[in-house]
Amino acid sequence: MNEIRISGFGGQGIIKCGYIVGKTASLFDGKFATLTQSFGPEARGSACSAQVLVDDEPIRYPYVTTPDTVVAMSQEAYDRFGADITQDGTLLIDEDLVKSLEPPKVGKFYSIPATRIAEQLGLRLVANIVMFGFFTAMTDIITPGAAREALPSSVPARFVELNMKAFEQGYEYGLAVLGKLPDGGEEKPEETKSGANAGAGSKREAGSKKAKGKSSSGKNTGKKKATQGE
Amino acid sequence: MKADPRGVLTGAHYLDGDHAAAEGGLAAGCRFLAGYPITPSTEVAERFAARIPKVGGGVFIQMEDELASMSAILGGAWAGKKSMTVTSGPGFSLMMENLGLGIMMEVPTVIINVQRGGPSTGLPTLPGQADMMQARWGSHGDYEIIAICPSSPQEAFDYMITAFNFSEKYRVPTLVMMDECVGHMTEKVVIPPADEIELTPRKEYTGPPEEYLPYLPDKDMIPWMTKAGDGTRFHTTGLTHDEKGYPVMNADCQETLVRRLIDKIRKNADEIAIVEEEEVDGADVVLISYGISSRVAIPAIERARREGLKVGSLRLVTVWPFPETRVRELAKNVKALVIPEMNYGQIYYEIERCAAGNARTILVPHGGGWVHDVNDVYAGIKEGLK
Amino acid sequence: MTKETTVTEETQEQAHPMDELLRMDRMPHIWCPTCGLGTVVTALAMALDKSGISLDDVAVVSGIGCTGRVAGYIKVDSFHTTHGRAIPFATGLHLANPKLKVIVVSGDGDLIAIGGNHFIHAARRNMDITVICVNNFIYAMTGGQVAPTTPLTANASTMPYGNFEPPFNIPYLADSCGASYVARWSSLHVRRMTTAFAEALAAPGFSLVEVVTPCSTLYARRNRLGTGLDLLKFYHDNCEIEHGADTRSLDIDFQSTIKLGKFIERRRPTFLESLDDWYGQVFGDKYEPYAGATSE
Repeated sequence: MNEIRISGFGGQGIIKCGYIVGKTASLFDGKFATLTQSFGPEARGSACSAQVLVDDEPIRYPYVTTPDTVVAMSQEAYDRFGADITQDGTLLIDEDLVKSLEPPKVGKFYSIPATRIAEQLGLRLVANIVMFGFFTAMTDIITPGAAREALPSSVPARFVELNMKAFEQGYEYGLAVLGKLPDGGEEKPEETKSGANAGAGSKREAGSKKAKGKSSSGKNTGKKKATQGE
Repeated sequence: MKADPRGVLTGAHYLDGDHAAAEGGLAAGCRFLAGYPITPSTEVAERFAARIPKVGGGVFIQMEDELASMSAILGGAWAGKKSMTVTSGPGFSLMMENLGLGIMMEVPTVIINVQRGGPSTGLPTLPGQADMMQARWGSHGDYEIIAICPSSPQEAFDYMITAFNFSEKYRVPTLVMMDECVGHMTEKVVIPPADEIELTPRKEYTGPPEEYLPYLPDKDMIPWMTKAGDGTRFHTTGLTHDEKGYPVMNADCQETLVRRLIDKIRKNADEIAIVEEEEVDGADVVLISYGISSRVAIPAIERARREGLKVGSLRLVTVWPFPETRVRELAKNVKALVIPEMNYGQIYYEIERCAAGNARTILVPHGGGWVHDVNDVYAGIKEGLK
Repeated sequence: MTKETTVTEETQEQAHPMDELLRMDRMPHIWCPTCGLGTVVTALAMALDKSGISLDDVAVVSGIGCTGRVAGYIKVDSFHTTHGRAIPFATGLHLANPKLKVIVVSGDGDLIAIGGNHFIHAARRNMDITVICVNNFIYAMTGGQVAPTTPLTANASTMPYGNFEPPFNIPYLADSCGASYVARWSSLHVRRMTTAFAEALAAPGFSLVEVVTPCSTLYARRNRLGTGLDLLKFYHDNCEIEHGADTRSLDIDFQSTIKLGKFIERRRPTFLESLDDWYGQVFGDKYEPYAGATSE
């Protein structure tokens, strides 16, 4: 069983992201998936998290107890949920929103400027879908084919194209990090795009690029700290 | 009678329990929902409000409060529409007044309570199972009621149909006692084709209008029903009444009426009882649970079994009328009954009563706000084996 | 027994004109001598008779109290519900079958105190129901307690030294909430009351007729106002008819002038008209109007 926690703040589409993960697994990958959520009384801005259990067997106990996969899309979410991950778990962050972090003790740690990519696509609100694409690439929990099937019926009709694009960018970013991009994939104009942005962003971009090169081993613990130092 | 395909969203969906319950209502033919927003139940009303203009032939209204909501669905049912409302603890308290009227007038309706932590405003966004006795006794006076506890979104869909069927068959408001965990949990929900959904039709009176007696019981103790506008020009009241529906203020009429209201449920309790049993034969300990607690109990049971312990499970889908016959039998064959529930002892006392000293009864309480820790349930099982 | 009331063969064969409208098997009713409720029921029966509406399509809903018993005596589909909840119950009947003509008959305490919230919201929504509010200024069935309509200084069992709470002006309340039709009559004004009932039944939307009625057993006795007949005489001498009066001017003070009349008659979309109209705009031709042929 996979125990996944997707976290951030209200308004980021965190629950939606968890919803699509669960929907992909249960309706299109033939698995069982249970989504639960926790939120504060505020509709916007407070920490929120979606928890998804994915298994080949029917799920009984409905909540995540020891997450093996944590997605953090805000500093507060990382501070609250980043630490309680299993030893061989996977941590995914939005590198622009989680700035200060302890050296992760987890097996795998990857970052993506999901919100920035979404902004470049023209709508910050699709950061959750960029992250969903990234999540699809970085874990073996759901298949990309199933994710592409699940997505169109999960977002408003007029935003399907944009969301599909957001998914593909997140997914390809992930493949690049893993060094799995098909030939020509490195043309992905990520660098150019963010190069046009402010300097701080490009610094981070450099860090990510480094990660791209090495993290296919999946053991880049400590690397992020170096990035932080830059 | 098969479901009307217009209300049936056939296919596989990824839905939370609240949305699934709304779909269950629509599939069961519900075409009138009067409700008032309250966490964690609001999504049922929202889903219904969004769907009903597209389904057609029905209406949603957000009333001014839960008193009005419960009252309105009684009117809706009398006018011939399958009707439901949905709420959580504080609203459920307000509905108790007209729940009683529904019982007295014998109105088929369904009320969903997505339970949260209480008392009072309690824990709006977190689960509880502490309204179980309120479901049984919350309205004043003596009565029997039907209450069903789903434990997943799929069951929220399925048992909404069951609830409507029970309410029609027994002419009694039927309670679907969910909890926040089930209501806000999202899982795969398969909605079958309409022609695979069997609905219980209303027990309609078809005789000459002028001879209609609204409360003349059939052999099964259930009176025939008409609807407003049918020409029978009936009268109905919350007062103690005779077969004509006219108020009669004496002990004889009270005995005849209230006895029947109780017997029509109590004497059919075995038929209404839906339970799921697993490895109870030869078990030393049996866990009795309902709603979300049933799912939480399973890892504890599996752990105990891995250690070679003989543990069975009796899951109560129907909690009211209490499946007394089965629990009494079971108590004679096991050492202990272990009851995890998210309160400090409600259904536990029913079980203790039915165990009648034949088996130990062990409560594993939880105040609500989260589900049980599996270790606590496991400890309850170990305690039962001592 | 006088000659006039001697039962002859002829009178035996005659049906009472109200037979078709009243549940004669429930007579005698429970109301006190000189109570105004009998007059109100008769006026409603006459209005229904005149309206040409099929009685099979009429539903009467009452709450609790003396007036709450009205539903028990009118021979249509009739619902005697819980205290204060007649309006939401009626709302359910109306929404589930818009072809029904749904009439609420209840008292001032039932509709304006415990049911006040439902009253204002039904008026706001312009729910297409007719409400007859029988105002006797007191809780009569429970023994003369203060009501939200009890005039200042009037005595009630729970205001034993006289009422110091300002009462509601019911037409003003209904008007300000958006009711389509608002009138007030007394049970002395039988013809006008009957006409008002007929108009209210015909008016689309939320229609309200307040009927001031004598309660000799409690209100008159506690306030030393004489018999029910004395109260009717008081209405005769002190009621002023002012159609179209500003509803703010309709307060009723203790034993002072009572203004009567038809105050509001306006056409505003009803709840179901608004619903069908709006969904028609939102969904276009795909939308099948819910109220269908029943709306105007």
